[in-house]
Amino acid sequence: MTAVPVTEGPLRRLGLALADGWTVARRDLIHWANQPMTVVFGVLFPVMITLAFGYLFGGAVDVPAGADYFAFLMPGMYGMTMLFGLGSTMVAVATDASRGVTDRFRSLPMAPSAVLVGRAVADLLHSVLVLAGMLACGLAVGWRPATLSGALGAAGLLLLLRFALLWAGIYLGLVTRDPGAVTAVQTLEFPIGFLSNAFVAPSTMPGWLGAVAEWNPLSSTVAAARELFGNPGWGGDSWIARNAVPMAVVWPLVITAVFFVLAVRRHQRLDR
Amino acid sequence: MHRLSAIVARGLRRTYGGTTALDGIDLDVRPGTVRGLLGPNGAGKTTAVRILTTLLRPTGGRAEVAGFDVVTHPRQVRRSIGLVGQHAAVDEQLTGRQNLELFGRLSRLGAKAARARAAELLERVGLDHAGPVSAYSGGMRRRLDLAAGLILAPSVLFLDEPTTGLDPRSRADLWRAVRELAAGGTTVLLTTQYLEEADQLADRITVVDAGRVVAEGTPGELKARLGGERLVVVVRDAERLAQAAAIVGRATSAAPEVDQDTRRVSAGVGTEGVRVLTAALTALSEAGIEAEDVTLRRPTLDEVFLDLTGGDAR
Ligand SMILES: Nc1ncnc2c1ncn2[C@@H]1O[C@H](COP(=O)(O)OP(=O)(O)O)[C@@H](O)[C@H]1O
Ligand SMILES: [Mg+2]
Repeated sequence: MTAVPVTEGPLRRLGLALADGWTVARRDLIHWANQPMTVVFGVLFPVMITLAFGYLFGGAVDVPAGADYFAFLMPGMYGMTMLFGLGSTMVAVATDASRGVTDRFRSLPMAPSAVLVGRAVADLLHSVLVLAGMLACGLAVGWRPATLSGALGAAGLLLLLRFALLWAGIYLGLVTRDPGAVTAVQTLEFPIGFLSNAFVAPSTMPGWLGAVAEWNPLSSTVAAARELFGNPGWGGDSWIARNAVPMAVVWPLVITAVFFVLAVRRHQRLDR
Repeated sequence: MHRLSAIVARGLRRTYGGTTALDGIDLDVRPGTVRGLLGPNGAGKTTAVRILTTLLRPTGGRAEVAGFDVVTHPRQVRRSIGLVGQHAAVDEQLTGRQNLELFGRLSRLGAKAARARAAELLERVGLDHAGPVSAYSGGMRRRLDLAAGLILAPSVLFLDEPTTGLDPRSRADLWRAVRELAAGGTTVLLTTQYLEEADQLADRITVVDAGRVVAEGTPGELKARLGGERLVVVVRDAERLAQAAAIVGRATSAAPEVDQDTRRVSAGVGTEGVRVLTAALTALSEAGIEAEDVTLRRPTLDEVFLDLTGGDAR
């Protein structure tokens, strides 16, 4: 019905591919507009967990000398929120794959990359929204960042972790193709969170567990966020604890490098 | 390859690990015709459709759709085809209109044309429901899925078991839509497990079983394969079934089939239907055997199908 030019220059193809990617991302924005409550609950869920942790366990947990528990807890919860994104990306990808929507996209004359680009953009936007909600929650319970530039840097590192986990989520979603199986991964999110410095000091854990917790990529991001927000942290004299900020860049880049390649290959080989 | 074919397949093979889903399929579908791909569950119908719509690579053989090779020129193929898969492939959280607009944009119609096309197709398939697809009935989803397959006004449309699970009314709607499309010049490849459906819609039928083509022809040709008409006599008194079978056998000069449960005797009559029928009825009444029902009929596609696939189908 339309005469699509058969020969497209590389620039035009890139432009069309980006437009396709945005069209796919925009689909999620329409979901939000159709079901605003889903977005509201998406923001409220980590907020409620934060309040539960803060008010129920706050008195029982040892915090760094003289600090308020929320000042310590909030960066950990910001990190956890990024971790929760792993499950939501997986659900979205697996749902599309199992319902045949991915195949529908693949049968259209669009840029094949748009399926992944669209998912990445939409989920990152969603995480910006959720992180904003969490920051507002933090401010409401008395958490304060020291400087604006530090706060922006910390938010950037948090979103960088989310960006990395996005590719892991896309890859795992394409591999499982079953939204039900995602529950298994989602139940692992809390143990991964507990095995980090988000809630307690790794130094209080049994030796090897503490080491695992310190090398958990989430720990680097959370420690770096605490540092940049100017909030109290656990310190720690291990190499990994002393290099939190650079490691909060390195870890996500490593995760991205691995899972981006895996996700793209898996997507390209859906026809195998 | 046949220059005039909308769909061509030669020796198409596909294996999944140790399973052979397609074991060398040949197809030639002329433009503007409806081809029925008829076969039981697991015959390889979906695998064939997925290969022809570029979603899956064949492990052997080759195929062209709308003049383009599905492996080397998938993009050109995608510009010419529409796909209505076995399960409605639409976004549950969008409305019907939003779905069609999305697929229209991704078919590179542009925002404005995509909107117009969505409205046009919604009207054509009779969907004016405003809510999200998650609230749609099965029939509405199918119609939306069909509309999604028609976005680019494809020259070749693939329908994979389009009426499985539909109520009779929705099925009739879909049949009408397929006939309209075919009348408008669209080539349609339709898979089905229902013989009646293939008989109703298809110009030619390709019967597949266990990944192979076991027969191909017009519905009439396939029926003719069982050897012309059959005489069927239902005997009132079950005690006399054997005697009736002997009489029918003599009149038809063929070995009759006997079904005890339905008290039915049947035998092929070749082209001598009416003469044989008269002779058999006379002989039966002379022997004092009462016939409850007598028919002379062509075999149903079910019988053809059972015959062709070795009888393990429906
Ligand atoms: N993804 C897959 N992995 C393994 N086996 C498959 C896969 N898809 C189909 N098969 C097998 O291939 C055969 C043909 O399947 P399919 O094409 O779906 O048949 P139909 O659509 O006629 O029911 C079946 O035996 C099925 O189990
Ligand atoms: Mg099938």
